[in-house]
Amino acid sequence: MSEIKLEAKEGIDQDTVESVKLLGEKYKYGFSTDIDMDYAPKGLSEEIVKLISEKNSEPIWMLNWRLEAYRRWIKMSEPNWPMLRYKNIDYNEQYYYAKPKSLKKRPKSLSEVEPALLETYAKLGIPLKEQEFLAGVVGSKDGEDRKENNSPKVAVDAVFDSVSVGTTFKEELEKLGIIFCSISEAIRSHPDLVKKYIGTVVPRTDNYFATLNSAVFSDGSFVYIPEGVRCPMELSTYFRINAENTGQFERTLIIADKGSYVSYLEGCTAPMRDTNQLHAAVVELVVLDDANIKYSTVQNWYPGDENGKGGIYNFVTKRADCRGKNSKVMWTQIETGSAVTWKYPSCILRGENSQGEFYSVAIANNYQQADTGTKMIHLGKGTRSRIVSKGISAGKAQNTYRGLVNIHPKASNSRNFTQCDSLLIGNKCGAHTVPYIENKNNSSRTEHEATTSKIDDDQLFYCLQRGINEEDAVALIINGFCKDVLQALPMEFALEAQKLVAISLEGSVG
Amino acid sequence: MFEIQNLHVNISEVDKKIIDGINLKINPGEVHAIMGPNGSGKSTLSYTLSGKDGYQVINGDIKLDDESILELEADERAAKGIFLAFQYPIEIPGVGNLSFMRTALNSQRKYNGNSELNPAEFLKVLKEKANNLNIDMEMLKRPLNVGFSGGEKKRNEILQMALLEPRFCVLDETDSGLDVDAMKQVSNGVNSLRSDNRSFLIITHYQRLLNYIKPDFVHIMAKGKIIKTAGPELAIEVEEHGYTHLLT
Repeated sequence: MSEIKLEAKEGIDQDTVESVKLLGEKYKYGFSTDIDMDYAPKGLSEEIVKLISEKNSEPIWMLNWRLEAYRRWIKMSEPNWPMLRYKNIDYNEQYYYAKPKSLKKRPKSLSEVEPALLETYAKLGIPLKEQEFLAGVVGSKDGEDRKENNSPKVAVDAVFDSVSVGTTFKEELEKLGIIFCSISEAIRSHPDLVKKYIGTVVPRTDNYFATLNSAVFSDGSFVYIPEGVRCPMELSTYFRINAENTGQFERTLIIADKGSYVSYLEGCTAPMRDTNQLHAAVVELVVLDDANIKYSTVQNWYPGDENGKGGIYNFVTKRADCRGKNSKVMWTQIETGSAVTWKYPSCILRGENSQGEFYSVAIANNYQQADTGTKMIHLGKGTRSRIVSKGISAGKAQNTYRGLVNIHPKASNSRNFTQCDSLLIGNKCGAHTVPYIENKNNSSRTEHEATTSKIDDDQLFYCLQRGINEEDAVALIINGFCKDVLQALPMEFALEAQKLVAISLEGSVG
Repeated sequence: MFEIQNLHVNISEVDKKIIDGINLKINPGEVHAIMGPNGSGKSTLSYTLSGKDGYQVINGDIKLDDESILELEADERAAKGIFLAFQYPIEIPGVGNLSFMRTALNSQRKYNGNSELNPAEFLKVLKEKANNLNIDMEMLKRPLNVGFSGGEKKRNEILQMALLEPRFCVLDETDSGLDVDAMKQVSNGVNSLRSDNRSFLIITHYQRLLNYIKPDFVHIMAKGKIIKTAGPELAIEVEEHGYTHLLT
């Protein structure tokens, strides 16, 4: 039994090494698609907020919610505590809404869809049947072909610049009562659910970027898993920024009702641009009694070139609220992209015996900067959390782990375990670990382990002496370093992540 | 045939000459032992032959079948059939022993224009080699050398040697840190790999390893030079009288 399993894992390792060679390029998603776009005017004002709301045909309560956020945001200032240096962002030089023109009227067949849009999906590796659906072809049925061959089913929602362009496998999910659609659609068709939960995990007042998002979010994904339902497939969202000078502000809301389970994947790409592009997303997870959400991210936004020009500024607020007893959340993230990353997926462990886990690989190469980590807020009794963070720095990059473990006085018999490992490649990069641990309950315990290491010459030489070339050797050692985290990803994603890890560090040794 | 011609080596970091003119000819099937006191340049020799960075050949040549290998990188030398059994095998956390060995074998096969083995084919080959050496498959599922005992590490080196089927093997103080039983096991492994077309260079302080692996020639090395060459009896002489009388 164990042998079979071993072989499967072996298979991944080899594939990585091969893929690294085959790909041979650093950022394969760096294409841009020439599509007629419908822009809102540049800059941010109440009018723009109203326009976004109107474009999405939102009810008045949603508009008011946005406006309140906007009015608060203009009085706030950008946080300056992260270990990040970047040029001031001129928020009035951004476009806050861009939509491919072809989506205005639903096309009747694939031939009517703007070919450039289809090409983009093909480049992203989305199967044709799903491309058709994502392009919004009327009457296209998704996924039927997939049932016959045994490839794993993944339902996809794709967000292109500001707008969700379609969701696959919708009918099949609907039979189980699962709602998986764009958030703009959910606001229109499931207003009660949205109204009940939006902003309850990440309040509009939470932080500068979350408040900005609350005012201008243009689309994103919405998931509701009804009581007792185990979602039979991975749900996935692809985010892509295409248009120049466009900020992408997506908002994701996932609700796992009592006893339900869902695994959700998020992938991101953007074209190569000389100028920096802004991305400020909010993700809210609501986990009720005995429910379980697994949220995995492979973040591959354009990191900028070797000289630090261009790249995405990624300011993301992700938070899970474990409201119910025995609820569980697992965040897994592979952060390889973005020029600047500011991101702390967190868990509020409110329900008794609820559990939060955070597995992270953050890679910063060239001039990338990452300030990332997690917050585990233990409020309920018997709550448990586990943090495994692997930071890799190469080139002239700076990588900071910032984490908070807070155990409330009432959270008796709670536990936290944190492991924080940093790997340095070369001697011009930096790794920083900033853990905050606040334990206010005597019966609760926290553990923190941290290491910093370098890929040493002896490890490399050992691999070389066995006939493995330097590039493969580095990929092997790095994947070994990240193994605990890569294993936490769903199988389909683990492969992609392994490749990404190797590619993003290509040429950084020697 | 493996040949070392008038080899002079500096260690770049300290710019110090460690090897000062060595000549050695090793025919296929032969086992040579190099003995010598600490600091005589034995380990430097093994790193130089296998192509480690920082060991600078300032004069002379190293040849495999009459072709110089000096310009080849360490991984290319390995693929040509040069194997170094490390004195201290390196631990690489998170990298499965099995996965490492398959990557190594396939890298070498690829270099030599052979098809790579898929996981099932590889496992079959490895199992056979492990069986021959009485190595438990359990050891292969752990991360490379991590938490291995001294004996396990050295046996793992011999297994890699068996798997990669090199033509020229350097054993760098393979006996260090081994108790008698482990030394016997490792020696049996090496002996089982002796063949007409494979040669060995065994580097050791002590004669005891040579009780188990019988060399054809014994060389005494001191201050970067080979000062005496003879048959196996030379090892026994060293054991009885030490190196001092040879050095004067």
